[in-house]
This record gives sequence, structure tokens and C-alpha cells, in this order.
Amino acid sequence: MEVRLRVFAMLRERLGASNVSLALPEGSTVSDLLKAVERRYPRLLKGVSPLLIAVNAEYVEGSFPLSDRDEVALVPPVSGGVGR
Amino acid sequence: MILVTRDPLDPEAITAEVRSEACGGVVTFLGTTRNETDGRRVVSLEYEAYEGMAEKILERVAQEVRERWGVDRLAIAHRLGRLELGEVSLVVAVASPHRAEAFAACQYVVGRLKQDVPIWKKEVFEDGEVWVGAETSRHPSTVV
Repeated sequence: MEVRLRVFAMLRERLGASNVSLALPEGSTVSDLLKAVERRYPRLLKGVSPLLIAVNAEYVEGSFPLSDRDEVALVPPVSGGVGR
Repeated sequence: MILVTRDPLDPEAITAEVRSEACGGVVTFLGTTRNETDGRRVVSLEYEAYEGMAEKILERVAQEVRERWGVDRLAIAHRLGRLELGEVSLVVAVASPHRAEAFAACQYVVGRLKQDVPIWKKEVFEDGEVWVGAETSRHPSTVV
């Protein structure tokens, strides 16, 4: 299957693109996807914590099963609104 | 009303949206671009969102406010893109029959933006730039 990976903020800048497509074996979960991302882009997620994952604009856990053409967003720590 | 937009925000108009004759208390919070962070001079700010999802999570925040304080006259508006110093990046307007609920709900929404609403802020300094939260030691959940 193929999913569309979307990245934002510092991850977008590190990747040099706001989205890429990623081929995964059938039956892959979000955790599998993260491992595949780390293999393909070893420095992308370094030091980014907590990292949230959304599938089709809904937050999910690592065990979430992916389907063909899902949109998977890597969400680095958010910082909307105002500071302290 | 939930709004995530690249256009400048109009706090007066947004406040007018939530006012009603049944509400004696109206609280409007404005977030504006500050000129320094930890002693470093800020030149501009840049906001980015996962558009579509940000609005969806903000709708959920509005629902939380309805359930917790019974307040349904609420507006949350967030600006995206590059902002110059002093520009308004956030407007939260709340109207309720009495003031306590309006203050509490407004405070809650501003804090909630630091949890899981997919919006990011980059501070551009004279000598560099930083994505707040991701590249600083300040943990987002401890910042209100």
C-alpha cells in the first residue's frame, strides 16, 4: 500500500518538502510506518518529542492499522497561540 | 466561530459575533507578536497549521468549553503566515451571562492551544530562527 506522509514546521524544513508518498507492506501499523520513516530519513525525527501521529486528521496510537491512500501526519510539538 | 486564516484578524468584529443580550460578561483575549524572547530581539513570527485538522480540533475545544462551563458563545480565530511585531495572532472571545465563566473559558482555550491543536510558531530573530516547542527547552504542555 501507499500512504501520503505530511510533515509540518521543523519537520517540513528538515525534509525539504511538505509531503511525500511512502510504500508500506500490507497490514502495516503506524509504528511500522515510523520505523520505515526512520530508515528512509535517519535524521528527520531526531530530538522531536513528543511526536503525535494523525491518520486522516485524527490522532491515533502506534497500533493503528493503516490503509492504502491514508494521509498520515507527523505532528511535532505544537506552539499555537501565545507564549508564557 | 472557528477561524484559521492568513488574513489579518479583526478583534472587534470577532467580539461582536459572540455578544448577545443574554450575556453580561464578554472576555476577549488577544495574542500579539512580542518583540523579544529570553532577551533575544524578535523580528517577525510565522505560524503554520495542519489546515483542516486544526479547525477540527478547535471545534472540539469549543465543545469542551460548552460541556464544562455551559458557554456556547465562543469564537477562536488564529492567524497563519508571517506576522510583524504587534500584529494579532490569536483572538479568543467568550460571552456568558456572568463574568466568571467567560474568564475561565477564555483562559482554558488559550492554554488548550498548547496541547494538541496542530499549529506551530516560528520566531525569527535578528540572528536566527526557532520553531517554538520543538527546538527550545520549553515543553509545550508547561506553557500557558
